Amino acid sequence: MRTLDRKMLRDLRRMWAQALAIALVIAGGAATFVLASGAYRSLDETRIAYYERYRFGDIFAEIKRAPRSVGEQIKGIDGVAVADFRILHYAVLDVANLVEPATGQVVSVPERIDGQQNRLHLRAGRLPEFDRSDEVVVNEAFAKANRLRSGDTFRALLNGKLCTLRIVGIALSPEFIYAIGPGDLVPDDRRFAVIWMAERALAGILDLEGAFNAVSIRLLRGANPEQVMKTLDAVLERYGGTGAFTRKDQFSHAFLDAELAQLAAMRRVIPPIFLLVSAFLINMILTRAIGLEREQIGLLKAIGYGPLTIAMHYIKLVIAITGIGIVIGFIMGAWLGQGVTRLYAEFFHFPFLIFRNDASTYAIAGAVSVASAVAGALRAVAQVLRLAPAVAMQPPAPPRYNRGLASHIHARLPLSQMTIMSLRHMARWPMRAAVTVLGIALASGLLITALLSFDSVESMVNVAFFKIDRQHATVGFNDPQNMRAIDSVRQLPGVLRAEPFRTVPVRLRNGHRVRRLSISGKPADMDLSRILDANLRPQGLPSQGLVIDTRVAELLHVSRGDVVEVEVLEGKRVQRRVIVSDIVTSYLGLSAFMGLEALADLLDEGPRVSGAHIAYDVLQERALFDAIKSTPVVSSIGLQKRSISRFRSTIKQNIDYMVTVYVALAVIIAFGVVYNSARIQLSEHAREIASLRVLGFTRNEVSRILLTELAIVLLIAVPLGWLIGYGFGWLLIQAFSSDLYRVPFTIERATYAKASLVVIAAALVSALIVRRRVNRLDLVSVLKARD
Amino acid sequence: MGNDLRMSDLVFEVRGLTKVYRSGEVEVRALAGVDLTLQPGELVVMLGPSGSGKSTLLNILGGLDHATAGTVRFREHDLTALDDAGLTAYRRNHVGFVFQFYNLIPALTARENVALVTEIARAPMTPEAALDIVGLGARMDHFPSQLSGGEQQRVAIARAIAKRPDVLLCDEPTGALDSKTGVRVLEALMRINKELATTTALITHNAAIREIAHRTFYFGDGRITSVEINKARKAPSEISW
Ligand SMILES: Nc1ncnc2c1ncn2[C@@H]1O[C@H](COP(=O)(O)OP(=O)(O)O)[C@@H](O)[C@H]1O
Ligand SMILES: [Mg+2]
Repeated sequence: MRTLDRKMLRDLRRMWAQALAIALVIAGGAATFVLASGAYRSLDETRIAYYERYRFGDIFAEIKRAPRSVGEQIKGIDGVAVADFRILHYAVLDVANLVEPATGQVVSVPERIDGQQNRLHLRAGRLPEFDRSDEVVVNEAFAKANRLRSGDTFRALLNGKLCTLRIVGIALSPEFIYAIGPGDLVPDDRRFAVIWMAERALAGILDLEGAFNAVSIRLLRGANPEQVMKTLDAVLERYGGTGAFTRKDQFSHAFLDAELAQLAAMRRVIPPIFLLVSAFLINMILTRAIGLEREQIGLLKAIGYGPLTIAMHYIKLVIAITGIGIVIGFIMGAWLGQGVTRLYAEFFHFPFLIFRNDASTYAIAGAVSVASAVAGALRAVAQVLRLAPAVAMQPPAPPRYNRGLASHIHARLPLSQMTIMSLRHMARWPMRAAVTVLGIALASGLLITALLSFDSVESMVNVAFFKIDRQHATVGFNDPQNMRAIDSVRQLPGVLRAEPFRTVPVRLRNGHRVRRLSISGKPADMDLSRILDANLRPQGLPSQGLVIDTRVAELLHVSRGDVVEVEVLEGKRVQRRVIVSDIVTSYLGLSAFMGLEALADLLDEGPRVSGAHIAYDVLQERALFDAIKSTPVVSSIGLQKRSISRFRSTIKQNIDYMVTVYVALAVIIAFGVVYNSARIQLSEHAREIASLRVLGFTRNEVSRILLTELAIVLLIAVPLGWLIGYGFGWLLIQAFSSDLYRVPFTIERATYAKASLVVIAAALVSALIVRRRVNRLDLVSVLKARD
Repeated sequence: MGNDLRMSDLVFEVRGLTKVYRSGEVEVRALAGVDLTLQPGELVVMLGPSGSGKSTLLNILGGLDHATAGTVRFREHDLTALDDAGLTAYRRNHVGFVFQFYNLIPALTARENVALVTEIARAPMTPEAALDIVGLGARMDHFPSQLSGGEQQRVAIARAIAKRPDVLLCDEPTGALDSKTGVRVLEALMRINKELATTTALITHNAAIREIAHRTFYFGDGRITSVEINKARKAPSEISW
């Protein structure tokens, strides 16, 4: 079969442009598949390794204060492998060159660190000396964002004392992969620091000598975390425990997990869509392209080649094209996947990166591409092989046209003969036209799917930051204060309005479904931080009952009017059954709300507040920030304006990169499809066009037949593509939802327009190429072989 | 399929052969009951107006198309009873076909177009030898697009004879050729016919060519209207075009 193989190679060389376009469509599908899965697997693998090597805790608990002696009791709990006892504290920071006040999470470092959980990865410097209260290690993100290095100092308000702290080391920690300050909605590296301080020194400042206020536990293999937490809660209850929690409710882990879950969800939705669409397109393109080989297939059959040999010949050709596409796709996918992984890794400050991908990903992407391509080729070959060779070798008999629709239109509209011909072509081969329409529509559907994430995220930012949380800043207190604390906030310079809030850690339970979250108590006259109903209209809080967002409602399987069990995790640790009086919209985190009074009733205490949302006069910002830096009661501050810009520049940056990649791949696929459709159409009509040219029709006139057909196809494909994009987009947005954030399903008109413009641009480029081909059409050679 | 040649046997025996083309409501009766026999080593010419069914008959003899009714026997085999695989084997092992439209593979050179057949034949000559016979030894590495119509037709003939077929079926092999080239093509066909005892059927519009044949069949309206036996065969160079 050497000669046949030679034919294959020559065919490949002859149709290289078209083969490349087909290969690119395949590459687009395969690349998305490999990229998404690679990014997810790498990050997941890196996280697992990071947690293991740095001994990230399994169970955490915070309390007001417990004597060291309790520690022995905890170590003895069944299932506990290691238990660390430490001190955690929030502090407002004053950093040089940073106008805004920052917040620091202070973490104690014991004298002996061997066997310690949540170990630090020191990037520079050393750990603080055990007796030095002025030496600290800070997290790398904070140091980088503020250009701080070992030896630099900053000030912190610790237990009412203004301390000057010297940085002796810079570190990463598995506990603070996703480092987010209290009151902030997204990470803000400049304004949130993790500060590691010698335990003895920190205890001295906070009056916690011989005591601890936080526990971290690593479990024995096979231990039951629920049981351990239950025992732990019982031990810690009288020391003001706020309930033990697992990694699932650990801030950094939960956020990281949500991000990864989102990546995983995108991987489940987008790449399969891309892969299947590209598979369909390949199938369609190859069926038609090989259909053009009809006479050669007939000849091979006529001179005695069997159907298997002939089929193999075309399968080889198709596999060669697909192979090129798959290789390009794999390389592109692996490369882009590493890009995405690096981007996320940088965002999360991983100390190292493990690139990983499943062989099965490559296998699936390869197999689906090859199978669809081979199926397309086989279908075309089988169609020809069914014909007797004598028939197959003849040019197809002149198709029988109907006067039909085109003529009716013609009677009414002054259409040219060329337009009529195009219409008749399409009416004669309606399936072929329909498949081309569907192909182009799918390509533009992909584009819309990729593009709409921009719209949805933007619309989410709009609602979350401009409709729900409209405050300029949120100040938090280290401990709940009585209402008078709000008055002192109101008296801070520039404060125009201060709305108190109370946050209480709770477990919400409905049967076996449990969720740990915070209930926010809000005043009746809230205006800064608001609650929106399903139609995004502000609404008040009922005097009784709990208001939760749709995500929580889904997680707990409750609807309005149902009763949930609330287990308060602080203070008197009351347990009550509370009615869900409303379900509202929120896009960030998990939310549950109550009126301030209703919440105080639930807690069985007088009205107390955890902090305040404030609006302030921007002109007095400096004075306000300076005041906050030295106000003992304030332990944290979140700045809304910064949150928005941080959101845009971090979370959105990750999504944008990913989406840009998908858009680029969708553009490639769209071009590949349109170009191929136009080229095949040209080949199918080559003889007819040559005949017309011989009869004296101009190039312009004959081109118009092809271009009219392309235009009609586009006219139908464009709106159909909108519909398909809408459907794919809906699927995608469902996958996007996580506990971290949800995005509303929004498609801007501009997105439809952009997708269509890309397809139309592809059509124009293809039209130009087709036009050039028509110009170069060798009339004699097309007609020569025929009588 | 047997390869043993018994000279006394008929090569083809055609009885009541009918072929109806149906496309939609339109029916075309291309062959309306054809009877004929061909002897081993015989060279016959088929003459007749366009559309009289010559190509259709040749296609069925060559196993390229199915009959609607009637029987075609090739030696002891009933071609009309063969399935697709049987017909493929028949074409591969016994038939050399020269098509009216050459039907060369554009992506292959002259030599490669011939090799396409020699690679799957049982006892072929080399592509070079076949091309030499048709006088194209010097243009073996040209692609069809670089050859004239006559040269393409000679490549097609080389391809048909290279496998040393038992029957050689030629549909207007000289139709597009000038007289000088036509003579060369016919000489090549006669040489094959004589040297290899290949039963040869040749469709033409040029009535003068009948002078090289043993017999001539005249076609009209899907039937053989008369048969003429040629007592004194001429060499191709002797006939006047
Ligand atoms: N594939 C086909 N479909 C329909 N009609 C056909 C087909 N092939 C040939 N015919 C018709 O059969 C008749 C005989 O054709 P053909 O055998 O090619 O004639 P000839 O070779 O003698 O010119 C003609 O009327 C022709 O139009
Ligand atoms: Mg004919």
